[in-house]
Amino acid sequence: MSLRRLILAAVLSALVLAGAAYAQPKNGVVRPSGETKLPPRELGSQLYAGNCSACHGIDGSGQRTPRKTTEGIEGQGPSLRGVGARSVDFYLRTGYMPISEPDEQPVRRRPLFSDLEIRALVDYVSSLPPPGPPIPKPHPERGNLAEGYELFTENCAGCHQVAAQGGVTTGARVPPLTDASAVQIAQSVRIGPYLMPRFSERQISDEELDSIIAYAELAAKEPVDEGGWGIGHLGPITEGMVTWYFAAVVLVLVCLMIGRRLRA
Amino acid sequence: MIRRTVNFLDSRTGAVPFLRKSLRYIFPDHWSFLLGEIAMYAFIVLVATGVYLTLFFEPSLAETTYTGSYKPLQGLAMSEAYRSAVELSFDIPSGLLMRQTHHWASNIFVAAILMHLLRVFFTGAFRKPREITWVIGLLMLFATLLEGYLGYSMIDDLLSGIGLAIGYGVALSLPVVGANLTLGLWGGPFPGDPAFESRMYVAHVFLLPILIGTLMAGHLALVASRHHAQFKATKRATERKLVGMPAFPAQVPRSLALMFATVAVLFLLGGLVQINPIWQWGPFEVSQGTNGAQPDWYLGWLIGSLRLVPGFDVTIGDYTLIPNPFWGGALFPLVVMAVLGAWPWLERRFGGVRGFHNILDRPRDVPGRTAFGFAFFTWVALIFLAGSADRATVFFGLDYESQVVFFRGAVIVAPIVAFFVTRRICRELKRGEEIGVDKERAEEEAEEEAQEAEREKEPAPA
Repeated sequence: MSLRRLILAAVLSALVLAGAAYAQPKNGVVRPSGETKLPPRELGSQLYAGNCSACHGIDGSGQRTPRKTTEGIEGQGPSLRGVGARSVDFYLRTGYMPISEPDEQPVRRRPLFSDLEIRALVDYVSSLPPPGPPIPKPHPERGNLAEGYELFTENCAGCHQVAAQGGVTTGARVPPLTDASAVQIAQSVRIGPYLMPRFSERQISDEELDSIIAYAELAAKEPVDEGGWGIGHLGPITEGMVTWYFAAVVLVLVCLMIGRRLRA
Repeated sequence: MIRRTVNFLDSRTGAVPFLRKSLRYIFPDHWSFLLGEIAMYAFIVLVATGVYLTLFFEPSLAETTYTGSYKPLQGLAMSEAYRSAVELSFDIPSGLLMRQTHHWASNIFVAAILMHLLRVFFTGAFRKPREITWVIGLLMLFATLLEGYLGYSMIDDLLSGIGLAIGYGVALSLPVVGANLTLGLWGGPFPGDPAFESRMYVAHVFLLPILIGTLMAGHLALVASRHHAQFKATKRATERKLVGMPAFPAQVPRSLALMFATVAVLFLLGGLVQINPIWQWGPFEVSQGTNGAQPDWYLGWLIGSLRLVPGFDVTIGDYTLIPNPFWGGALFPLVVMAVLGAWPWLERRFGGVRGFHNILDRPRDVPGRTAFGFAFFTWVALIFLAGSADRATVFFGLDYESQVVFFRGAVIVAPIVAFFVTRRICRELKRGEEIGVDKERAEEEAEEEAQEAEREKEPAPA
């Protein structure tokens, strides 16, 4: 009886924890008909009105007071005036926006908009005055790996882990950089999405940023696995799993093969 | 030829009677008695690969510049220790194979010791006359934990530096002696005097291996002198009569097979699966850190306990008597060791079982011990799991703070549940067997009766 109850409690708590963690929004995107025929800015404007204005305001001026609707909480979007193409492109291409739960950390996923739509939205929002920064054009090939490593450990590894595999900080899950493009790394360093600090050009110059990107791309995407299978580049946790799930299992099986077992 | 060699050796050493006795030494046959041997063979691999590594590793914190073949570190300032370890991995023939095999062997060494410990505990093999063997085994386990910790700490990469910072904090938290002890060991505030590196090195390649080797010799000598304990596998096996196979020609080849299997697994892992890629972690700087830093698995329980203990210090006025890391980092492992070390005597005192025990228990035969052991190891295992809660957040999205709350509750509730569930299962298994035996006996009797009845019938017509 108590065993059954224990299993039930374990299953329930697992469900509750998993449910809390995966409260991902389901977004339906509103699209105008005949998208390809519309001029980009017009398409951007219509997409904005249908998908963004509920929170970010009619003309990108933001909306600070939330209101309750049957769909949940709406509003609470910051102003998009002056954020520029840099931010709009970043948030849309990472799938961070649109988001239905403004209190939760945006999570990387497949973007809800097509490439054409994203370009249109970037064009429209960045046309709203005042002008903002453009999409950065990093040159990681000009960077220096050693300098990048040093800057990355000083500024990034505390949260993103030294091999860029992600981590956890108070109040946020830190994404790995395995899926981040060079442009996205450059954007996020300057924007500082969610809890990430923003680094100005005085703190990290564009040249230094090139080095950081060069190192981060190497660490996250093409790590030098001289020793064989990299098992996730996480260090001791996966190593412990291999120790127990592989080595210990194999050696115990060997013992079972060559030793006798008790007959009941 | 063989005869002549033997004669030569015997006339000069007089070893034949001893050898003859050793070859006739009886090994009871059960697969679980081989777990300890895995540890022994892993230790041999550790010594062999370790010797190779000492030829190239430079235990020095003198600053140097990296010029080896791993690009992201070229031109960086680092210690000789770290530089030589990276060079060993990239530019020395077989260096990486040996380093990785050494590291896998350490992980598996401790795993094998733990499995062996669980076997000995749950079968009651620690009882009189084997209590000293048990205690020596525990000492070996704890010496091994320290040995492993020093091994990955002296490389001076980013992870080892973070690990040492935690070790320093825990040592500093020891009441009364902490400050002076750390000052003595480190030779100054963290990261300490450069001589600390040589201290770790001497302890890792000389003092602790000799200690572990000596303990192992004592452990095996005691096993041999008291002979193996055995299961009641046949009716011939009794408390006074050991049933098994002689060392030769039965146990020795089997044990060699296990040795080859162990060495094969260790070198396969060392060659194919990357472990502790120190070049990816980079050199240690006091100002730097990385997210997700973790110790090797066998110290995970200490990280778990440091995380689970609520934040409080014991203070007298302004004086901090016991700083917080003491509870998780020092008291917890001491409690675990004390309970395990005292268990043979606790069981004698409170279990009421005295006298010699050469016949092992099956776990179900002693529900009290099995239930306690299961509860105790559940407790340690949960604390161990809590040590990797941050990675559970990254992989599965479980909220970190909720996990800590969950584990704080679970380490109290789960052992209690485990105790009663295990005790119940043991009792039911035993009862099931008794019923089975009764049933068999009843069936046999019924058959005999039926046969007798027929025999009585048959003579009548004649």
